[in-house]
Amino acid sequence: MNTVTPPEYLPDRTHDTTRFTRHFRAEKFDFWSFFFSGLTGLATLFILAILATILLNIIVNGWSAISWHFVSTIPKKDFFDANTTGVLPMIVGTAFRVIVMTIFVIPVGVITAIYLTEYAASTSMITRIIRAAVNNLAGVPSIVFGLFGLGFFINFIGKNMDRLLHHADAVWGQPALIWASLTLAVMTLPVVIVATEESLKAIPPGLREASLALGATKLETILKIILPQALPGIMTGGILAVSRAAGEVAPILFTGVAYYMASLPGHLSDQFMDLGYHVFVLSTQSPNIEQTRPILYATVLTLLLLTFALNIVAILIRARVRKQLRALG
Amino acid sequence: MAEISIPKLAPQERAAAPGAAGAPLIRIEDVSLYYGANRALKNISLNLGERVVTAFIGPSGCGKSTLLRCLNRMNDLIDNVRIEGAIKIGGHEINAPDVDAIELRKRVGMVFQKSNPFPKSIYENVAYGLRLHGVKDRSELEVRIEESLRGAALWDEVKDRLHSSALGLSGGQQQRLCIARAIAIRPEIILMDEPASALDPLATARIEELILELKKDFTIVIVTHNMQQAARISDYTAFFYIGELVEYDTTAKIFTNPSKRQTEDYVTGRFG
Repeated sequence: MNTVTPPEYLPDRTHDTTRFTRHFRAEKFDFWSFFFSGLTGLATLFILAILATILLNIIVNGWSAISWHFVSTIPKKDFFDANTTGVLPMIVGTAFRVIVMTIFVIPVGVITAIYLTEYAASTSMITRIIRAAVNNLAGVPSIVFGLFGLGFFINFIGKNMDRLLHHADAVWGQPALIWASLTLAVMTLPVVIVATEESLKAIPPGLREASLALGATKLETILKIILPQALPGIMTGGILAVSRAAGEVAPILFTGVAYYMASLPGHLSDQFMDLGYHVFVLSTQSPNIEQTRPILYATVLTLLLLTFALNIVAILIRARVRKQLRALG
Repeated sequence: MAEISIPKLAPQERAAAPGAAGAPLIRIEDVSLYYGANRALKNISLNLGERVVTAFIGPSGCGKSTLLRCLNRMNDLIDNVRIEGAIKIGGHEINAPDVDAIELRKRVGMVFQKSNPFPKSIYENVAYGLRLHGVKDRSELEVRIEESLRGAALWDEVKDRLHSSALGLSGGQQQRLCIARAIAIRPEIILMDEPASALDPLATARIEELILELKKDFTIVIVTHNMQQAARISDYTAFFYIGELVEYDTTAKIFTNPSKRQTEDYVTGRFG
């Protein structure tokens, strides 16, 4: 074995066995590090366990009642007969209102976020008021949105539309799919705005400078460089909005949901049935809870599956957009 | 500060630097710039010649990048900036209310310190500026793109992968792509803000070679921390210190026989 002799002016440490032949293992067990990492793992498991319990409970109880017949039948007025009941109008109603909501909330949310990030001076009074408004909007209880929808969309806008269009009967001035969707759009606006803002802020400022230095206007920079980059983040906002809105019942109570409709909703002015509301109806109006329980679970399971399906579609589209952006764009 | 104009060149130098002996292209007249209450530039006056390379040197925070950004009005993007004095390019005051900053930036291009190619293909990066300024025809685009990539000494390396992502290029190649993107729209002046500071020596040497080539067709103003780089590639050098112009002269004079003591201390490395 080669040994190196240190030069003479350095102290001779070659015989100093205690310092460098000692192992590198820890002297004692670090309890607190172990405890904290264990604690965080346990917390995660706890959340997963709760989620699993809820899902398993629903699946186990509802799987027996769900069938192709169930999801494709328009039920008669008696929802509680397991043989003739169905949830097709509720599926269609929920899906329609979520889709119409998305059509309104994404453009308005994105444009607001673009204004706040790209145009507004960050310290001006207007900007601060808008931000405060967005934050407070996020904290408003859902039922208040329902009342707002009734008072503003139906009684003000709807009734005036009927007046201007000379409708003899109320067409727009009553609960309708469009008003429920707009109410939901107002409710999920903060989610879309925040998600869009985060994705806009994540774009490095160098890209904006490069575009402007080439003689692009701010608008051209936003449309050609910024928005395409921010698209995945905007879609995340949309996914969050859809997930939230699909399950909400309070905002649609006064603005468009109906206890029973004989046919599927066809126009924006139609009322509609809804999966979440149907769960409420089945729980509270049922004459025989034992008989209704499987139908109830099956309805809940259908709602979960519908939300899941809407999310999967959106996530797949977003993944494709991301892949395209990474490839070349 | 008294106005410093371009000093008269000796006859052999004049031949080597076309256009320099004529009327200066860029006139900076008594310019002061304020970030809020903080005065970043103090009464700067200098004239820059056409189709020469002018270097702005000085320690960090002396205002050289700030002055560079005034020349294409990129400081407009920052809140709370106030400019006093006049900046004239080709005889026209660029801060006048009737001047469109977009038109100005078509003719005064900029290359940044950290290369910032768009997350698009190489082709689309160069085409972006061309399309902004009206070049729509496919074949014309291809000709102009090839011309710019050749002009930036990048064509041979990327001609087979024009449609692959620009982000897959190396740092030096990305910076040359940014230069190609800037020269594609045929500006008269190119501003370079420390273009090679983030690059390795080999890539830096290529960029410097490129600048010497480009100066035949474009007027170049380059901000650099690297004094040796300024000595290598520029014809004229302006030395700034804490917002003031200390000395402005031919590069040869600044580096071999500067008039001011402060300049001499800086270029010999006594501070910086």
